[in-house]
Amino acid sequence: MSLVLFVPDDAAAVSVGADRVAAALAVAAEERGLDLRLVRNGSRGMLWLEPLVEWDGPDGRMAFGPVAPDEAGSLLDAISSGTGHPRALGPTEEIDYLKNQERLTFARVGVIDPLSVRDFEAHGGLEGLKTALTMTEEAICEAVLQSGLRGRGGAGFPAGIKWHTVREQAQAEKYICCNADEGDSGTFADRMLMEGDPFTLLEGMVIAGFATGARQGIVYIRSEYPHAISKMTRAIEALEEAGWLGGNIRGSGKDFRVSIRRGAGAYICGEESSMLNSIEGRRGTVRSKPPIPAIHGLFGKPTVVNNVLTLATVPVVLAKGAEFYKDFGMGRSRGTQAFQLAGNIRRGGLVEKAFGVTIRELIETFGGGTATGRPFRTAQLGGPLGAYVSEEMLDLPMDYEALAEHKAMLGHGGITVFDETVDMAEMARFAFEFCEEESCGKCTPCRIGAVRGRETVEKILRGENVARNIALIEDLCELMTDGSLCAMGGLTPMPVLSAILLFPEDFDRASALAAE
Amino acid sequence: MSVSEEIPGAREARAICATRSNDPSMLLEILHDLQVRVGHIPGESVPILADCLNLSKAEVYGVVSFYHDFRTEPGAPITVRICQAEACRSMGAEALTERLLSRYGVSLSEISAAGVTFEPVYCLGNCALAPAAMVDGALIGRADGAAVDAAIAEAGR
Ligand SMILES: Cc1cc2nc3c(=O)[nH]c(=O)nc-3n(C[C@H](O)[C@H](O)[C@H](O)COP(=O)(O)O)c2cc1C
Ligand code: SF4
Ligand code: FES
Repeated sequence: MSLVLFVPDDAAAVSVGADRVAAALAVAAEERGLDLRLVRNGSRGMLWLEPLVEWDGPDGRMAFGPVAPDEAGSLLDAISSGTGHPRALGPTEEIDYLKNQERLTFARVGVIDPLSVRDFEAHGGLEGLKTALTMTEEAICEAVLQSGLRGRGGAGFPAGIKWHTVREQAQAEKYICCNADEGDSGTFADRMLMEGDPFTLLEGMVIAGFATGARQGIVYIRSEYPHAISKMTRAIEALEEAGWLGGNIRGSGKDFRVSIRRGAGAYICGEESSMLNSIEGRRGTVRSKPPIPAIHGLFGKPTVVNNVLTLATVPVVLAKGAEFYKDFGMGRSRGTQAFQLAGNIRRGGLVEKAFGVTIRELIETFGGGTATGRPFRTAQLGGPLGAYVSEEMLDLPMDYEALAEHKAMLGHGGITVFDETVDMAEMARFAFEFCEEESCGKCTPCRIGAVRGRETVEKILRGENVARNIALIEDLCELMTDGSLCAMGGLTPMPVLSAILLFPEDFDRASALAAE
Repeated sequence: MSVSEEIPGAREARAICATRSNDPSMLLEILHDLQVRVGHIPGESVPILADCLNLSKAEVYGVVSFYHDFRTEPGAPITVRICQAEACRSMGAEALTERLLSRYGVSLSEISAAGVTFEPVYCLGNCALAPAAMVDGALIGRADGAAVDAAIAEAGR
């Protein structure tokens, strides 16, 4: 009987040596005459334990990590002889970090071989699509609406409403565009899903097609994600071969084809209308709204634009029912969210939990505090356009509305932790610099405001007219918030103003100089 | 051989456009492919792309200049993209960048004597294992000087 080991080929795992570990295991098995079957799975999301090797033994999956290439031999020996190993972590699913999650969207990520349709089906894949095949377009849209599923790309718009709108359009040609631009710092869940369970995303896209009458899907993936691009490309081929994608899907008479488009290093192309321009082969400038993409989208046709995780959550909603999904969460934030623990954090990784979990539970209980061991200072929620929060805010629940009440934002679910060494005036400067660098240039408040903002923070950093310059920044932020065409310029004030409000001492440069 | 075929990137540009059915909406994909084949987007290829795709030169040039990925000059043999975004900053990305630049004796986007260039990038999706860098296609997590050196050596082989 062969020895089955799992070694992730997720980009994060590979970035700390998973390929070298896989190669070393193959060599060590050969030397020992062992019949090794190596599965390259997605990551379980316990990224601080990568490379995490799993053995599929008589008692289920057993975890070892982080494993170094030179430990391959001792690992195989320990497994063969049933003795202990310093890297042994016990049954994978008993590890607290994983055990205390509620994995719906990520149920199969790290569990299955991402490119095996049989594995996918054996673990509940395609059930949502099979259910959808028995339903009317309207009923599918209604189920998505009733589940309470909101867009996971940041804005939190109800997916079912968008789908109904596209369904109601009379045009024959419609599109499903998956936004896989994932440019926000502190986020990597879209990437992990595409690398660890790409069929789930494709299944969600086919369902979206059936629900709206669209026959073509496009996944727009940022060029910084070569691993995800290659995985998705192979997944499309495999699902076509299995008859679940392409023409006359499983004899249903329905067609749905998916193709991939690469981005080219522009953050703004994550904004949906800019993404549509980019898919059309144009500059990624933002389009004015209205018209909304659901009515006038790609090539002027009705278009569903959804984030990777929104689409990848649809299969579980249909497989288990809207009620099942809706039972998770709090308030108007229904279901689960893939939170991403990033930056200066001891146990960084992916935590899928029902909405309502507090920031503190995520950072402390799951994350274990800072990586450096220094005291926590702040966390930025929801990417570069999200607010910084203070220690006092950590008991807030992760819920769209509760955070908005405190001028913070859930966004794409990223949490970037900083220890006490962070300089918040410098982070405010960086927020403007990022906006300056990535602005599409279409409207003045953003294009000029970002430059003026950066220059003004630089004056504060030099201790020049601090009070007056802070007032100037506050005015400028008001102008950017009110006058920008999209959330790039409109939300850059979020990190800036939260830094000034919560950490005024960091901006008090003149007195800092005087105190020296 | 006609005169136009001697223009840098001309043959490649025409061939790549043809494989994409001369479809103007495929311009980004075409530029990516051209840059892989030629190493950059030669200015001389812009009118050729425009001709194949039935676009104006200004439209093609506008796209080339909009996106950070496309360069109009030959790049370095080895490119290190080093993340400057928030999660990596929280783990010392700025200091790491400075150390690397001073050791290789270059500023950002300059090509070192050994043919290495460092480019800033905003997030590589490896924010839990910050700081992150990418040497050609290879992603590095928990990047430090030694890991980047090793990846550069590997890429140079
Ligand atoms: C500057 C900017 C960047 C954005 N980046 C992304 C992104 O990387 N991925 C994403 O899904 N949505 C992004 N969005 C949100 C999209 O515009 C859009 O709301 C989303 O793709 C809709 O899908 P959803 O409803 O499923 O979230 C961005 C928005 C702005 C203003
Ligand atoms: S706010 Fe900035 S990114 Fe958005 S449309 Fe205006 S210039 Fe473009
Ligand atoms: S912020 Fe550096 S990899 Fe995401």
